Amino acid sequence: MRPLPGSRLHDPHPYPGRLITVEGIDGSGKSTQLLLLERWLASRGYRVHFTEWNSSRLVRRSMKRGKKKDLLTPTTFSILHAVDFADRLTYEIIPPLKAGMIVLADRYVYTAFGRDVARGVDARWVRAVYSFAPRPDLALYFRVPIDISLERLLAGRTKLKYHEAGMDVGLATDPAESFRLFQSRVLDIYDQLTVQFGLRVVDATGDIPSQQKTVRRMVHEVLRGYQGPRGSERAAER
Amino acid sequence: MPRSGRKSKSWYGHGLPYLKVGSLPGHLIVIEGTDGVGRSTQIELLRPWLELQGHAVSNTGWTRSPLLSDTINEAKAGHELTVLTFSLLYAADFADRLEHQIIPALRAGFIVIADRYMYTAFARNMVMGADPAWTRELFGFALVPDLVLYLEIDVETLVPRVLEGKGMDYWESGMHLALGSDIFDSFGRYQGRLIEEYNALAREFGFVAVDARSPVDEIQASLRTEIARYLGTASARPRPAPPPTPVRMHARANARARRGR
Repeated sequence: MRPLPGSRLHDPHPYPGRLITVEGIDGSGKSTQLLLLERWLASRGYRVHFTEWNSSRLVRRSMKRGKKKDLLTPTTFSILHAVDFADRLTYEIIPPLKAGMIVLADRYVYTAFGRDVARGVDARWVRAVYSFAPRPDLALYFRVPIDISLERLLAGRTKLKYHEAGMDVGLATDPAESFRLFQSRVLDIYDQLTVQFGLRVVDATGDIPSQQKTVRRMVHEVLRGYQGPRGSERAAER
Repeated sequence: MPRSGRKSKSWYGHGLPYLKVGSLPGHLIVIEGTDGVGRSTQIELLRPWLELQGHAVSNTGWTRSPLLSDTINEAKAGHELTVLTFSLLYAADFADRLEHQIIPALRAGFIVIADRYMYTAFARNMVMGADPAWTRELFGFALVPDLVLYLEIDVETLVPRVLEGKGMDYWESGMHLALGSDIFDSFGRYQGRLIEEYNALAREFGFVAVDARSPVDEIQASLRTEIARYLGTASARPRPAPPPTPVRMHARANARARRGR
């Protein structure tokens, strides 16, 4: 019908800062790696701003109510996350990028492209919805098999979360089985996204320090030629 | 854009691929028009008229979804919204009502009267400067209505009507766009632009326009004529019997219908 609006995801963003994002299914260890990256960057004097998927105050109440009463459909689930993203983009991502800072985002639009499509929304539609998102300078994808992520999640707590396990999709009544089926769909989509959007794959089965070493090497490349605001003289180091 | 006659419902864009919609024997009638033009007064009068003819009626209105209405009102009070978050919140509200209210009621054979539809977002976003292609993609999950009745008015007639009614409100005056030196100027400019957009949409989507400068009862008479004409052509075609509807959905549509009275 109508042509897709030009997506900002295909061109480098115009801001002096750097945008680094991490992706991966729950239990892939991406948040741990991002935290370690943040520590490292801060210790080198870089000015860093961290932002996390689904953390905006704006839709917190609707999201809570929707999840608690099982009112969310794949479409409202998707749009509420887009509201969260648009709100954080406006207040938390663009301003630090304009100020030349390094923005670290725990999950980015690829999460929506994976999860929401696994829930059944149209892939073209969700890409169009997020077409206002700037392209990251580095988008890391922590790839991990389902069994390992499940093991990690269940080691930390006793129960899988309802939406995390994709229970709303109705693939299975057992949470672990549902998680397996739902997250397998997400994994398949992430593999396609890796090709389409040039996500950089990190093998998330390895031990934490060696993954972090890989991450720092990739980040180092992205910071070549970067002149951010100085927290200390060391920030200028190439 | 089909505006009369009966054909199966269609999606505006990519639709809701995960939803088994089945047959929707009801009728989706939209009342569009700018702020303060008298939509809700007219809808209140339409309802008993339709019910007397034996039609079950369900009302739905912009920002009235249980999931989003509090969030939208709070956000508007806090003035923290951008055109992006504004549009997305409206789309979420609309999707919630579409899936939980409009589609179940249509499935149960109700006449759904929608106070505003996606066209309101199209018009407002044009005025606020959002990418029109993006706005339209966003609402690609919408059902195309069977009939869009457009209450057409000019700013000169609208201004005294709003002042005699509930008065000029911050958002309806476009104060967020800083168009004028005071609320009166801003209202005129903002509503003037909105009306231009509505008029363009009316041509593009084949709205049935009703002159809203007339007195209330004359507008009502015109609306009834148009609806009767639509229902006449609609009932002239044979339609399959409505399929059994899940009881919960049906009860919910009924409860909403009663509350909306």
